[in-house]
Amino acid sequence: MSRVLTEHAIDHVVLERGEVANSWRQERWDSLRLLTPNWLSRLPGYAYAGPDPDGFMNLPEVVNFIAGYADETSAPVRTHTTVTSVRSVEGGYQLATEQGQISCRSLVLATGANNSPRVPDLHRAVPQTVQCLTAFSYRNTDQLPSGGVLIVGAAATGVQLADEIHRSGRPVTLCVGEHVRLPRTYRGRDILWWMENSGVWNQRYDQIEDLERARRLPSPQLVGTPEHSTLEVNSLSGGGIEIVGKLAAVRDGRALFSGGLANQLALADLKMERLLDTFDAWARDSHIDSEVGPVERFAPTRAPPSTRLSLDLRSGEIRTIVWATGYRPDYRWLNLPVLTPKEELRHDGGVVTESPGMYALGLPVLRRRKSTFINGAEADARDLAQHLAGYLAVAPPVPFP
Amino acid sequence: MGHIVNNGVNVDALLAAREALKNAPAAGEFTWRASCKWLNGTHARSTVQGFRGLGEEQTHKSEFSFDTDHPQVFASEDNGATPVEVVLVGLASCLTAGIAAVAQNRGIQLRSVEARLEGKMNIAGILGIDGDVRNGYDNIKVTFHVDADASKKDIEALVAQSQKRSAVFDIITNPTNVTVEVV
Repeated sequence: MSRVLTEHAIDHVVLERGEVANSWRQERWDSLRLLTPNWLSRLPGYAYAGPDPDGFMNLPEVVNFIAGYADETSAPVRTHTTVTSVRSVEGGYQLATEQGQISCRSLVLATGANNSPRVPDLHRAVPQTVQCLTAFSYRNTDQLPSGGVLIVGAAATGVQLADEIHRSGRPVTLCVGEHVRLPRTYRGRDILWWMENSGVWNQRYDQIEDLERARRLPSPQLVGTPEHSTLEVNSLSGGGIEIVGKLAAVRDGRALFSGGLANQLALADLKMERLLDTFDAWARDSHIDSEVGPVERFAPTRAPPSTRLSLDLRSGEIRTIVWATGYRPDYRWLNLPVLTPKEELRHDGGVVTESPGMYALGLPVLRRRKSTFINGAEADARDLAQHLAGYLAVAPPVPFP
Repeated sequence: MGHIVNNGVNVDALLAAREALKNAPAAGEFTWRASCKWLNGTHARSTVQGFRGLGEEQTHKSEFSFDTDHPQVFASEDNGATPVEVVLVGLASCLTAGIAAVAQNRGIQLRSVEARLEGKMNIAGILGIDGDVRNGYDNIKVTFHVDADASKKDIEALVAQSQKRSAVFDIITNPTNVTVEVV
């Protein structure tokens, strides 16, 4: 956004509570790699220029990529400037920060939707003898005692951590609820090549039938590895991870799992097939069938006829629970009536219509299905900067004290 | 090409209700009720008539009655289906109704939908013989036969979606709080 605002010659500052790329530096586990291939790491006027475009950047590389962009664009960043409150004043906004007050006519929230881990209330019933970690507090397997690990959640984080922790030699039980299954490669190309080129990723928010549902979709079960491996329930269970249904309750020290796992697996398989059908239709209609490999379909996810329904958390079988149950935004500092009852930002394609001059970036399906991915930032930033520039052109300027 | 799909489900009304309830969540609070009177032995009669929803008391157009009992192999009089069979009825009927609603919403014409259910249990549980055996079902198997104007994949998706949104499927597969008091 900063780079685009500079193109519009709009005076601005970028406030960062820590260092540039703070979340990547502070709030992710050590082995994390992007699940998007490097050639998709594109920002306005900047792109991955390293030796492995089909590979997946690791954490230090991502930090360098983002920090490098801030340098190259001379983004006017004020680091160590945590915003503690935002109020509406005549002509714009007044921000209280640890470095003092800042006033502005227009405000862009680029804090994302992943400020804190989302942990279900039932975690309170977990016996004290079991260590609990979240995606924020987990760094590597050295933190874990030896012994069994229960991983709650099978979106991207859950399956990645299940795999990593299982490879450390610990027994892993993985709770699987609603999830999105994707192969890493399809017909010889990365699955995200298909997403990008077929237009699925470009689908606009105002063309999506059930937008709320699309915004709530869990992250797909993808990982970025040098081998371009597919991470899926079949390979995890084949490797010895115990798959159980969604964690439904903790009662008298027992974890209770849903008996409806088979249908969750079937739903994810069906959804994947519909997506692959869409890709095949696009390849046919675009006459590129000869440029990609032959059509493939993947083995259905094996659902055991019965899965374990309960686990005694007091028995010692499980020493650690990793809550890979998602994230939520934190708007406690935003003292404006622009939140839903569930404390999410109310916006129309990134324009906070109830608060003129306020915008958001980087939220799920903000304006397009690719809005939360690195390569999705530019289109959204350009759209919103256009709107912002138009707003500044007509909104009466008010001299600030 | 193009014919009206009619499975008898007023999907427009359901979708309208869905939209209305987004803005009035309290109206979506429903309380379903059943009453039960012991008759003799293991024979009881349950009735359903009133329920609460959309902010007020409601009533079915007539009282529905269900006799339940145990069979003769349980040294009983078999005046009605067993309670555990009634649970299978609940599951079957919820999933079947769901299939009709989803099919209507997706423009799929159903010709026939039939389900067969089997719930396996070892009565050593309910007879208190073996503490390791649960009282309830070890598993329930539902087999659907659906004849519809749709591909096999679309029919599978229909059945999957019905489970996803089924109240009874959720009640059975997930823990539910039950409190019993004596007044």
